[in-house]
Amino acid sequence: MAAMFSQNPLMNGPNYSFNDAPRSNAPDGAREHRFDPYADNGGSTLAIAGADFTIMAGDTRLTSGYSINSRFHPKLFKIGGSTADQKDATLVLSVVGFAADGEALKERLDAICKMYRYRHGKPMSVKACAQRLSTILYQKRFFPYYVHAILGGLDEDGKGAVYSYDPVGSYEREQCRAGGAAASLIMPFLDNQVNFKNQYVPNSGEGHALQERERRPLTRAEVEMLVKDAFDGAVERHIEVGDGLQMMAITKDGIEEIVLPLKKD
Amino acid sequence: MDHRPQAWGRPRDDVYGPYDASYLQTSGPKTATQSPVVTGTSVIAIKFKDGVVMAADNLASYGSLARFTDVKRLRPFLSTSVVGFGGDVSDMQYLDRHLTELAIDEAYEHESSAAGTSGGAPGGQLNAANLHKYLSKLMYRRRNDFDPLWNQVLVAGFDGAGKPFLGSVDLRGTAFAAPSLASGFGAMLAQPIMRRHAATDADAAALSREQAVQIVRDCMKVLFYRDARSLDRYSLAVVTRDGVEISEDERLEQQSWAFAERVRGYGTQVV
Amino acid sequence: MPGFDFSNYNRNVALHSRGVPLPKATSTGTTIVGCIYDGGVVIAADTRATSGPIVADKNCEKLHYIAPNIWCAGAGTAADTEFTTALISSQLELHALSTGRKPRVVTCMTMLKQHLFRYQGYIGAYLVVAGVDPTGTHLFTVHAHGSTDKLPYVTMGSGSLAAMSVFETQWKPSLTQEEAVKLCADAIEAGIWNDLGSGSNVDVAIITADKTTLKRNYIKPNERTQKTKSYVFAKGTTAVLSEKIIRKEDLGKFVSVHELTGDDGDKMEVDV
Repeated sequence: MAAMFSQNPLMNGPNYSFNDAPRSNAPDGAREHRFDPYADNGGSTLAIAGADFTIMAGDTRLTSGYSINSRFHPKLFKIGGSTADQKDATLVLSVVGFAADGEALKERLDAICKMYRYRHGKPMSVKACAQRLSTILYQKRFFPYYVHAILGGLDEDGKGAVYSYDPVGSYEREQCRAGGAAASLIMPFLDNQVNFKNQYVPNSGEGHALQERERRPLTRAEVEMLVKDAFDGAVERHIEVGDGLQMMAITKDGIEEIVLPLKKD
Repeated sequence: MDHRPQAWGRPRDDVYGPYDASYLQTSGPKTATQSPVVTGTSVIAIKFKDGVVMAADNLASYGSLARFTDVKRLRPFLSTSVVGFGGDVSDMQYLDRHLTELAIDEAYEHESSAAGTSGGAPGGQLNAANLHKYLSKLMYRRRNDFDPLWNQVLVAGFDGAGKPFLGSVDLRGTAFAAPSLASGFGAMLAQPIMRRHAATDADAAALSREQAVQIVRDCMKVLFYRDARSLDRYSLAVVTRDGVEISEDERLEQQSWAFAERVRGYGTQVV
Repeated sequence: MPGFDFSNYNRNVALHSRGVPLPKATSTGTTIVGCIYDGGVVIAADTRATSGPIVADKNCEKLHYIAPNIWCAGAGTAADTEFTTALISSQLELHALSTGRKPRVVTCMTMLKQHLFRYQGYIGAYLVVAGVDPTGTHLFTVHAHGSTDKLPYVTMGSGSLAAMSVFETQWKPSLTQEEAVKLCADAIEAGIWNDLGSGSNVDVAIITADKTTLKRNYIKPNERTQKTKSYVFAKGTTAVLSEKIIRKEDLGKFVSVHELTGDDGDKMEVDV
């Protein structure tokens, strides 16, 4: 998964030895013109789980190549409400990568969650929905949905829950996750600021004996600030990220949506 | 003489040697359409206060040959929406047939006289937003079958709330909407001009019909100057709550070639 | 031997044929433009440099000095535009000294195209050459393969179409200096907003018979937004595994040290 969206040249480079390198039998200059069913529509997403909330975020730019297709194309979707307007939805799905696959995936998951709600008379839990999303992705193992999906909601205890996926359905519950074009820019920032990675308590020891800074749950205001700064940073350094920042806060009272401006260059 | 039906209309084996029937093979892997042949270039469109303006030139190119110069690439749908096609012309004509059929079915199912509320699609009939969704699903299905319809399509009209709608779908089923849209070369040449006038929906809602038409005409001129597969005759469609007006014989006016008179050579030449 | 070193050519071909990609160069995925007006010529550029989808430099300089009266805007591979313009600038200076005349824009353009043609496009420099000399005002584009164009308004780079849309709608045969500057700046802005390869600020150079005025960061429409909080770490947050102290006074032994004065934007961005 990591290699797919990584900017790291080592990971994008040849992962085979020279002798295994594929050699083309085609004569020089002859090239077969084939339809490529995939495209990369850029953009970036991010999710952070708090004590009693989950914040999901994504930029709203849709790109192809060096062009901007749309300055407002949401990547965050409320899932499994009982009506089309998703007023009573409890889950949020973010998709980034190939937009058409993202849309198809969202529609599929939403339909399934709606059917579940209709049959059982209650909304699907995040845990159940997360497992179902994994199977949906794996069903297309050999023609994958080319997306990095993140599912957010509140678990049975009312705690924030974030599940992140690779394109073929491998998933994990996490505290925070960045996806998409600027994932490699945002994720280290999150590791440091959410999970306090590489931070030690000053004067608590020498060298390796230093005590790691203790993790504490972040408040919603703190998380929203981190999200905003993460995206402002990504916009500065990644050309496919910008235009707008769509944020959704999932709490026991429902889902709040905020859209903020980002730089448009 | 070989009188079997399989041999009808074929060159005679005894004269031309055995016929190569390999292309008629129906077994083996399915090979679908894999590249566009006769193509249309950009389609451009911009929203304004009371609707949407769309334009596309009347040219169908065969590679670099300007093959057909009177092709209509803007099509009305149910006289409430307009669809503009870029890309392969045969796939466009297939889609056109399909949409005509759909429109007829729609008209039977929902009496148009019954509704006619505040403009837009008459009660229950497909509006532009619905049509956009429909086309995106159709195109996405075809890409999943590895048999894409080689088009980029713009859909203009109104959404469910009666507000102007403008959306795009491409051959992979990628669908999006914006205050102004352009396919092909237009995405690079015309979109910057249109975005200057309508960066947001609020800006677009401040434009009058006359302004929007003028912007689109200016863009068509720039496209003719700079797109080698374009034509100076084009179609212009205006969708409002009163319906669809398409004029298919517009000509570019007031072209400016003033820069040319002082150009001498490309380097050191002076005469 | 002066010039390029080709001793690794065969090795690179062998590696390339076995699937090893070429190293990625920084490209100035760029919008650059030029426009002649009554009395001189204006060239302009954006200031974004990219390496793939990553912004390598948010405020780079794409307007290159050739001679006092000749300037060049460069798109394509950053190193190629940099070195090609520097090389021609140097040759032109020597030429000017030996002839005792002001360099001509056509001379510069001819030297550039002959240099680039010799390298068959492998030197990825796409240039807009502009200047005023005793024969008049001149504006050219030079492509990496060595072809040139002479037009009253030109654009190049990934944002060339966006910029050209501005010229094709707003250019007129007679322009004042103010109008020409505005037109060029608008063209660059079209690139900045609509082309992902271009961004940040607008640089402008105005060349007249008397002097050249370089307006670095003429428009800055993309100032960085304020961070919502400070990210200063308490001293001692980072683990120290081993320590070796070199005093500031001794630093000069290893590297050359320049003190930065004032807030001229050269200082590193640090939270306080």
